[in-house]
Amino acid sequence: MDTDQGENRGTSRRALLKCMAWAGTGVVWTVSGGVPRALSIGEAFAAAPDGFTFVQISDTHIGFNKEANPDPNSTMQAALDSFAKLPKRPAMIIHTGDVTHLSKPAEFDTAEQIMKGAKFETHFVPGEHDVIGDDGKQFFARFAKEANPGGWYSFDQGGVHFVGLNNVQNFEKSKAGGFGEDQLEWLEKELKGRGSSTPIVVFTHVPMWPIYPQWGWATEDAPQALSYLKRFGSVTVLNGHIHQIVQKIEGNVTYRTAMSTAFPQPPAGEGPAPGPLKVPADKLRSVIGIREVTVVPAKPAAVTDLALA
Amino acid sequence: MINSLLRNTLVAAAGCVLLGLAGGVLTHKVAAAGSAQITIQNFDFEPRALTVAPGTEVTWFNGDEEPHNIVNADLGQPRLFRSPGLDGGEKYFFTFDKPGTYRYICSIHPHMEGTIIVKAPG
Repeated sequence: MDTDQGENRGTSRRALLKCMAWAGTGVVWTVSGGVPRALSIGEAFAAAPDGFTFVQISDTHIGFNKEANPDPNSTMQAALDSFAKLPKRPAMIIHTGDVTHLSKPAEFDTAEQIMKGAKFETHFVPGEHDVIGDDGKQFFARFAKEANPGGWYSFDQGGVHFVGLNNVQNFEKSKAGGFGEDQLEWLEKELKGRGSSTPIVVFTHVPMWPIYPQWGWATEDAPQALSYLKRFGSVTVLNGHIHQIVQKIEGNVTYRTAMSTAFPQPPAGEGPAPGPLKVPADKLRSVIGIREVTVVPAKPAAVTDLALA
Repeated sequence: MINSLLRNTLVAAAGCVLLGLAGGVLTHKVAAAGSAQITIQNFDFEPRALTVAPGTEVTWFNGDEEPHNIVNADLGQPRLFRSPGLDGGEKYFFTFDKPGTYRYICSIHPHMEGTIIVKAPG
């Protein structure tokens, strides 16, 4: 479980420092060959790729009210508004969880209102903050009616096979993210008949590789899920949870964690705990943001991370 | 509301335990061990292991800015207690009546683990 920690720690720290260095300048991130690089907005626009384009948002944490971001409603709204600046209108939104902060009904109401205003088709998976106290009943009733009883589902769009997985309700057993046997069995059957040239996008809240298990930044039974995925030519795994950009490439599988729209977290192992990272208020929007993903068959997905400011 | 309801019920239950022991030498000690506090700080339960007498009301105080909860997690056993999400500065109470060892976690951050050991004094 603890392989690659050093490498990942390095990557995440570099990513954050770079991002901080670009604070306030309208930073646009692109990831090419696993190395994040900042682009000017003009460059990003010129590079609008062909293919199926969607956006990922994550960790909106509606209900959070501490110093790191006293107004997550506004930053979530700003994230949705920023889609208008993209070179191509995204076909849909993937939300990779922690929609709310404390699973309170009022938080779900607010999040639902903000999402409705955006008028985009949206697919959600829960974060651990969305399933507190009620085993996810409110979350699934509002945001994932299409899901199986355990909270996982799949669909096809734009020639891509999308798989939404729930790795936040097996925590007691895993001590980190976990899928559980039923979900893994479903995944195996679900993928069995598909041609290996189908591009696959997996989205789930907790990273599927062990970034830092001491802080729960890992999915215990992910290797089994990977064993079903690795025969496909293009697999993109999108996560949230750690509120920063970290990526890893392993064969045909690329893993990418996204920024939050609410507040950043420290790089793995820096400081005592993975709580909200306070940055000066005028710098906040340079370390939170959205992600644009474009899938072209037979190639790795093109991923662009965009800070809000 | 559920929390306070639960609390009242359990305080009542603890009262029964005390009544049951009335006249015994243990009564005074159990009453004296009526409460104990665990502070959550930097994603850790302090103390991680706490030994209390039956009937003790244990309070968890969340001293972090991040929310936490307290969820009994003894695999294969029915769940005895589960708090709602506690935001920074909030508390949860639970009264332990039956001797035993109770493991719990924060289900939001499952690497946070604690244990309550309930045993009669003496």
